[in-house]
Amino acid sequence: MDDALVRAGRALRLVLLIVLALLFLIPFYLLVRNGLSSEQDITSPQWTFFPRELRWGNVRELFDDPSVPFARSLLNSALIAVATTLGTLVLASLAGYGLARIPYRHANKVFYGILGTLLVPAAVTFVPSFVLVSSLGWVSTLRGLIVPTLFSAFACFVFRQYFLGFPRELEDAAQVDGLGYWRTYWLVVVPGARPVFAAVGTIVFLGAWNSFLWPLVIGQDQSAWTVQVALSSFTTSQVVRLHELFVAAVVSVLPLLLVFLCFQRWIVAGAERSGID
Amino acid sequence: MRRRRALWFWVFVGPFAAGLALFTYVPLLWSVGLSFFDAHNTVTPTHFAGLGNYRAMLEDDAFTGSLRTFAVFTAFIVPVTYLLSLSLALMVNRVRRARAFFRSVFFLPAACSYVVAALVWKMSIFNGVRFGLANTVLGWFGGDPVAWLSTTDPPWYWLVIVTVRLWLQAGFYMVLFLAGLQRIDPVLYEAAAVDGARPGWTVLRHITLPQLRATSVAVVLLLVINAFQAFDEFYNLLSDARGYPPYARPPLVYLYYTALGQGQNLGLGSAGAVILALIIAVVTVGQARWLRLGRTDADG
Repeated sequence: MDDALVRAGRALRLVLLIVLALLFLIPFYLLVRNGLSSEQDITSPQWTFFPRELRWGNVRELFDDPSVPFARSLLNSALIAVATTLGTLVLASLAGYGLARIPYRHANKVFYGILGTLLVPAAVTFVPSFVLVSSLGWVSTLRGLIVPTLFSAFACFVFRQYFLGFPRELEDAAQVDGLGYWRTYWLVVVPGARPVFAAVGTIVFLGAWNSFLWPLVIGQDQSAWTVQVALSSFTTSQVVRLHELFVAAVVSVLPLLLVFLCFQRWIVAGAERSGID
Repeated sequence: MRRRRALWFWVFVGPFAAGLALFTYVPLLWSVGLSFFDAHNTVTPTHFAGLGNYRAMLEDDAFTGSLRTFAVFTAFIVPVTYLLSLSLALMVNRVRRARAFFRSVFFLPAACSYVVAALVWKMSIFNGVRFGLANTVLGWFGGDPVAWLSTTDPPWYWLVIVTVRLWLQAGFYMVLFLAGLQRIDPVLYEAAAVDGARPGWTVLRHITLPQLRATSVAVVLLLVINAFQAFDEFYNLLSDARGYPPYARPPLVYLYYTALGQGQNLGLGSAGAVILALIIAVVTVGQARWLRLGRTDADG
């Protein structure tokens, strides 16, 4: 009797999970379905779950449309995401290591100065940051889109916490062998800390690729648009070519889904590391 | 030796600290300075305005209205996301097979941007015409089509705004809860079973939830902070070629239009940013205190 109840509960849970999973997947399906449909099919008064025909030509049409600098915006996004990720990893990991391992009288003060910036959410500083970047003459430049985002206090904090818990023996051995801090770091610490680099790297990459407010504020000329800004400009424009819009969205999500599926367990590890502990 | 260590410290930390100072502290201070000036279209204004910008912001119905929008948004999104992500974590954690599959499915939207998600919601699911998915489903049950995003009475647009964020974020918080669940000592459950506690609600209430307390505090804090920063989905769901509707402007959308819209009123925008930053700091610190106080009350 009790057994049957437990089994029924388990089955119920599984059914509920499957229904929820389908609900979570539907938006992805709609994205692809609309991206490969004709405009008429998308706006057909008779909604159909499956498109009547698959139109792969939409992709070519998107890149051939002269009114939208889509290829350019893809390139911008790729440059920005890669540069931001590499720059953040180098800068934040060095700082995190220095804070965790190099004894220095004022290290704590520096650490609290860095930590304090976490209290000021990035989104609230977009007005001040815009003021600074525009006075530097960096509006609508890749510099303006990349450089101010390179100094992530969050990434620095994660690296510091990681290095604090890192086994010391290898570094000590390296120091005994006469390697200074610099070479110990690059030859011993970095190779041993690959998981945290992968975790922080994927999170930074996803964030850079998906960020919207800062590119919207700084990328005022079309030449400096990112993929997200280009997509957004489609949805707010008077004439919307729906099939192009959706296929553009699919193209913009694909690289991320690849990164996501390859590095998922690192993101999970990183997500667990952020927020708590 | 000590000198050399200080030098190496700055070799490692210096570039990062200098950049952070330049791109966080300098803009903040500059913005505080600007907020006391009449700064239309310029970052080097000459006309001192005193507290005028602050007074203008606080007396501006649109600004206080944006704070109200934030409050409504938070009242919806925080409890709903909390409950959904916690339930997902509890269910996924107890599934035997395909646990990785379910975790991936719920976490997958985290790879999507708000722009893309808003596009699907606005143009496909909730597009307001009869052939949209939501209205088609409504039609099966004999309902009339609803113009989701432009209906303010009743405010159907909230359903659209809240579900986008829920879809994008529930998986992320689910992962945090899953991590918390992994850390619970199985001995506690065994002890409860020996004591005759029935699995299910009792165990959940007396063991699982108290053990998840630290995670819950972190999740609620993150949810509220993120709600304060809402911009992307509001901007992309509600604005169109005609502009942005006056209802449902959260603070950042309002600031965006004030500082960078037609007037480019950077002085006013800076004052708004300062006010907002102060509110966020107070709320965050207050909440952290309050939640921690609650913890000692409950435990001791």
